[in-house]
Amino acid sequence: MTTGVHITQGTFSYLPELDDDEIRAQIQYGIDNGWAVAIEYTDDPHPRNIYWDMWGMPMFDIEDAAAGLHEVNRCREAFSNHYIKVSLYNRKLTKQSIALQFLVNRPQHEPGFRLERQEGSNRAVQYTLTSYAADRPHGERYSSDGPDASR
Amino acid sequence: MARTQAGSGPSLGPGVPPRDTQEPYGRGKVDERFAELEDPLHEIPDDAIVDAAAIFRESRVDEVLDEMDRDLIALQHVKGRIREIAALLLVDRLRRSIGLEASAPTLHMSFTGNPGTGKTTVAAKMGKILYKLGYVRKGHVVSVTRDDLVGQYVGHTAPKTREVLKKAMGGVLFIDEAYHIYRVDNERDYGQETVELLLQVMENERENIVVIMAGYKEQMGRFFADVPGLSSRIAHHIDFPDYSPDELMEIARLMAEQQRYRLSDEAERTFTDYLKLRVGQPQFANGRSIRNALDRARMRQAIRLYAGGRDGSRLTKKDLVTIEAEDVLKSRVFEGGFYQEQEPTDDEARTD
Repeated sequence: MTTGVHITQGTFSYLPELDDDEIRAQIQYGIDNGWAVAIEYTDDPHPRNIYWDMWGMPMFDIEDAAAGLHEVNRCREAFSNHYIKVSLYNRKLTKQSIALQFLVNRPQHEPGFRLERQEGSNRAVQYTLTSYAADRPHGERYSSDGPDASR
Repeated sequence: MARTQAGSGPSLGPGVPPRDTQEPYGRGKVDERFAELEDPLHEIPDDAIVDAAAIFRESRVDEVLDEMDRDLIALQHVKGRIREIAALLLVDRLRRSIGLEASAPTLHMSFTGNPGTGKTTVAAKMGKILYKLGYVRKGHVVSVTRDDLVGQYVGHTAPKTREVLKKAMGGVLFIDEAYHIYRVDNERDYGQETVELLLQVMENERENIVVIMAGYKEQMGRFFADVPGLSSRIAHHIDFPDYSPDELMEIARLMAEQQRYRLSDEAERTFTDYLKLRVGQPQFANGRSIRNALDRARMRQAIRLYAGGRDGSRLTKKDLVTIEAEDVLKSRVFEGGFYQEQEPTDDEARTD
């Protein structure tokens, strides 16, 4: 079970975690629609972080979701304590965008975000979110020696 | 991380077909009476009735096997093996219907035999057969050779092989001339990497992919000897024998039929003579040689009709579909088995 602040990003993120059969069914739905399957991972949970790392090339020519799940599992093996998402890309002219995207892996412990207030001129307050996990350098966040080890 | 079990969660959302149509590997439904048992092997009474007839009907296995009998001449031994596989998969499904789980059987195969004995044709059929029997989900056949698997520089091979394997998942990966993958005399060859990846995927993903390796018998034997562990991962080693002259004649008839041609009675007799001579000659490639011979007969027929048409004689439909004895007789095989050893194989038309 994951602990801390459960991050909700992408489709299905308010639902219980998808199991492998459900992930397979979603990927198959995308393939049947002609969407390309891509897998991305990151350890920066900020909602405005749109540049995730790609796990291999997007898969344009697979027939069966088993191939997608195979890559998901390989990515999980390599980055077990990262966020991993599956993106299904609709390449159709006039669409050319992500059609469906959902998380398939998340770190054991998600420490959540700190709300920072900045007092500007005329006492106007600007708010910003900072992830506790992002305090540590890229690649060391969510590492196995405990998320709060640096503090 | 925790993964909730299927069924406890909400529906998968819009556009996702209901669960039971997505049953992986066509495993069929488990009988409600036995679904909840912990140890079905001991808890189900030995005389419990299994609804076999319904499952046989549902799988349409007869349909598949009949089609195979119709489309493939001879190859009794090969057909027998496919029947065995079909029976195994069907019984597997029956067992599953009363909750007797067993791991999916390994179905990787190796096809060995001389050129033109139908290895590629059977492999293409195999995808369809396994799909109808519910063993693979898609049933497409991805046909590759060494070029598609082995890379050209360090680090190129693994992604390349993996790409091909992913493409073939849910269906059949057919590796033609598989023995070329691994060259034992060249230790810097990247084929080794491909073989390792193949072995790994054949073992771990055997529910998702069926690998068929094909090649000539001796070379495949050497290949299996050079790569330990490969032969034992292949459950079915199927040998494709050469065809007898009668079977070749039958193939010729079927091929002509498929191309909407007819051999006249006399042409059939001549063709039989032709086969007797051709079989003994070098570089005879069974079914492929038949196809080539027929193609050449078609060409000679076309020339005959063309010459006739210029003279102003009338052509009928019968003329267009019939191959006459003279079209076959003009073959050089009849001129004392004319064959030049030094001629390359790429143009068989010139040599016989």
